[in-house]
Amino acid sequence: MSNIHVNTIVNGDEVGFLCDPRETLLDCLRDKLSLTGAKEGCGTGDCGSCSVKLDGRLVCSCLVLGAEAEGKKIETIEGMSRDEKLHPLQEKFIEHAALQCGICTPGILVATKALLEKNPNPSETEVRYWLAGNLCRCTGYDKIIRAVLDTAADLREAK
Amino acid sequence: MQYYTPESFSEASELSKNAEGIIRFLAGGTDVLVQLRADITTPDVLIDIKKIPDVKKIKKNPDGSWCIGAAVCGAELNEHEGIKSDWPGVVEAVDLIGSTQIQGRATLVGNLCNGSPAADSVPALMAAGATATVINSSGSREVSIEKIPHSPGRTTLGKGEVVSAINLPAHKPNSGDAYLRLIPRTEMDIAVVGCGINLTLEGDKISEARVSLGAVTPTVILVDAAAKAIIGKQLDEQTLEALAEAARKACNPISDRRGTIEYRTHIAGVLAKRAAKIAYERARS
Repeated sequence: MSNIHVNTIVNGDEVGFLCDPRETLLDCLRDKLSLTGAKEGCGTGDCGSCSVKLDGRLVCSCLVLGAEAEGKKIETIEGMSRDEKLHPLQEKFIEHAALQCGICTPGILVATKALLEKNPNPSETEVRYWLAGNLCRCTGYDKIIRAVLDTAADLREAK
Repeated sequence: MQYYTPESFSEASELSKNAEGIIRFLAGGTDVLVQLRADITTPDVLIDIKKIPDVKKIKKNPDGSWCIGAAVCGAELNEHEGIKSDWPGVVEAVDLIGSTQIQGRATLVGNLCNGSPAADSVPALMAAGATATVINSSGSREVSIEKIPHSPGRTTLGKGEVVSAINLPAHKPNSGDAYLRLIPRTEMDIAVVGCGINLTLEGDKISEARVSLGAVTPTVILVDAAAKAIIGKQLDEQTLEALAEAARKACNPISDRRGTIEYRTHIAGVLAKRAAKIAYERARS
């Protein structure tokens, strides 16, 4: 079968790309749209480093076909900061040193942003369960959890 | 690989009937895409059902029963207060599957049709007395969930057949359901044993019950003997022991690195007792 033409909205911009039906959304984002923030850790939906939002739902982009993105809205890590200004979560991750090698960080940031939009006041347990599908082999998770809880507290105060 | 997005289930059924080679339906893709990427199964024909109207709908019928579209994901079920209140065991079972990311895609129909003996939602659906709406070229029919699994990774569905929805019966007064599974860690694992129970009370005696087990036989099974062990009884220690005994007798598991035959068999009884207590409390409240 010939390539499929896909029209989609990525971080608010209308984009189009051609893909083989077997190509994943992750491959399309990285190789066709040059959005290399989402990473491939496992490619089987276990590690969460390819996390993006698809029509408002947090998903692993390695388990979505590029062709499925037709007509959908996609949010990636590249859309998180605005005009060079980091998102509060990104700032807190730096402040708390909640990353080391950084491979898992885009996925974790996208996932935690989705959590705080749904639940502005999560407990530590809720943060840990929400992030159970985001693996990090460097940090031991504690700094990540603290950065998320600290951001949530700041955002609540700012409201 | 050919990729199709039919606009109706009859079209999807027609496409799969006439296709050659390996055919897969795509809903959430959390099994199909894993198998594709791991080079376990590369379909020749992939039929994405998500462009079909109503596949994302959770509908309550006038008689109180529920119809859950084939592409409704776990997170959507978990956010639905109505279905959670009527069938908490089913929703809890779905919620145990995978991570937040997987919950954003994985579906009940996919869990059923993947045919895993360790599928978490299938024992809960069986206990609930749910059915699947199966569409083929001659029309549609409702099939009990227990008739769908055939063997590990296989269903009884034939070529050209596709499941369009899961139907849950109306919640009866004084009834409750529960699902429990055992995994060696707290999240992100596959059931070593799963047990679903749905029961109805008359006074403090159980008048109706359905008990199911996962991961201890080649398919998820309904255990009639376990249901019989508690019907007509109060849920006292003696009844719970009889239930555990019947559940263990139904086990025919494998030994692997996550659990031995002896361990899985023992745990089946433990989970049956615990799930029965939860279902009993839900039925009373």
